[in-house]
Amino acid sequence: MKMNIQFSLNGKSISRDVPTHRLLLDLLRDEIGVTGTKEGCGTGDCGACTVFLNGKPVNSCLVLSGELDGAEIVTIEGLKIGPELHPIQKTFLQDGGAQCGYCTPGMLMMSKALLDENPNPSEEEIRFALAGNLCRCTGYAKIVQAVQDAAALLRNR
Amino acid sequence: MKRTEPFEFYQPASLQEASRLLKENGPGGRFLAGGTDLVIAMKEKGLVPKYIVDLKRISGLSGIREQSDGSITIGALTTMREIETSPLITKKYSFLSQSAAEVGSIQIRNRATVGGNMANATPSADGAPALIVLNATAKIVGANGDRTVPLEEFFRGPGQTVMTSDEILIELTIPKTGPRLVGEYIKFSPREMMDLAYVGVAVAYNLGASDKKCEGVRIVLGAVAPTPLRAKRAEAALEGQTLTETLAEKVGQIAAEEAKPISDVRSSADYRRAMVGAMTKRALLNAAAGPAKSWVERRERRY
Repeated sequence: MKMNIQFSLNGKSISRDVPTHRLLLDLLRDEIGVTGTKEGCGTGDCGACTVFLNGKPVNSCLVLSGELDGAEIVTIEGLKIGPELHPIQKTFLQDGGAQCGYCTPGMLMMSKALLDENPNPSEEEIRFALAGNLCRCTGYAKIVQAVQDAAALLRNR
Repeated sequence: MKRTEPFEFYQPASLQEASRLLKENGPGGRFLAGGTDLVIAMKEKGLVPKYIVDLKRISGLSGIREQSDGSITIGALTTMREIETSPLITKKYSFLSQSAAEVGSIQIRNRATVGGNMANATPSADGAPALIVLNATAKIVGANGDRTVPLEEFFRGPGQTVMTSDEILIELTIPKTGPRLVGEYIKFSPREMMDLAYVGVAVAYNLGASDKKCEGVRIVLGAVAPTPLRAKRAEAALEGQTLTETLAEKVGQIAAEEAKPISDVRSSADYRRAMVGAMTKRALLNAAAGPAKSWVERRERRY
């Protein structure tokens, strides 16, 4: 079953006929061609597919396209501020907050969600917020460092 | 990961319409709320619903409200994250927000709803024990009208509730509680987050201001029986008594005897039973000590 949905993706309006059972993750990657969002586990455990849906971070591997009419979606491609990298992206680069990089888009989206709510998180608060984002290279120390440095950058802006 | 099969997809604008869709289309349909159980079951376990009825276009099914009689209503589509962060719930029943915070990740809790957590009736559902110790009731709407049942009687077995296929859980109500109510929910699992409860224990009681006697004691166990289980003999052992560490230990042992755990991939029945004892004791003592200030403190005081 197909239906027409209208939604905004990174600030642009999109109207499309989509199968209602198509996952948001697949809609983004395979139909629209926006491939920054990654699939890890496919069952909501790893957070690699994290996007913002109506302002809140969610696992795009568990959202059906049929649910999306009127939705506002922001992916990793929408994180940049104009041509500039977002401070969170800058500090992940600077601190080596990525090894293979596969979990990074999800880590960045979730870090942004945390810093939007809490501009000065403690290490424990960062680990709590990133609990649903798994890194199989296990480079968590530098990821936590990068979030702390991004928080400092954002506070001093 | 496997993809879901196609299905008919409905988005009714009213409860009557939703209920009618189920009646007209017959068996094989599923209601969709947050999808964090349903979509996973479709992808991982090969569940193929004939059709899906998305409840999210029906207005008035989400939100947390304090009523004039002092009760609190929680709409079935309220997310676990909303319960976790609600100023009202955090202030009055911090152990209920904590139980919501134990579910999955923030991404999951932004989608998962309290109604789904109840209607899926997983024995380990974190939301259930805390709501049952608060005497919550469930409001159910179906083709044959409304009814309200105590949440304690809502569950019938793993994945089974008292609801018929056309019925929809629309609201949970926590009746007014006294000013001296204290409570705690402890989820016991080896991983700190992103795990199912091996054992869940919720307790609540009114703590006498000067005599420190415990009254209206409620103890509910999760993940150690086919449904959330009230430990009534344990409750009776504490009722009217002053809580001491020795008594908490004894009450924990009685709760352990009342549990009906199974052995599975996560844990043996014996281990679960022993942990019911230890966690009930800790929960009773923690409740008296007051709410944890952070999740680190909450984690530390499980032991």
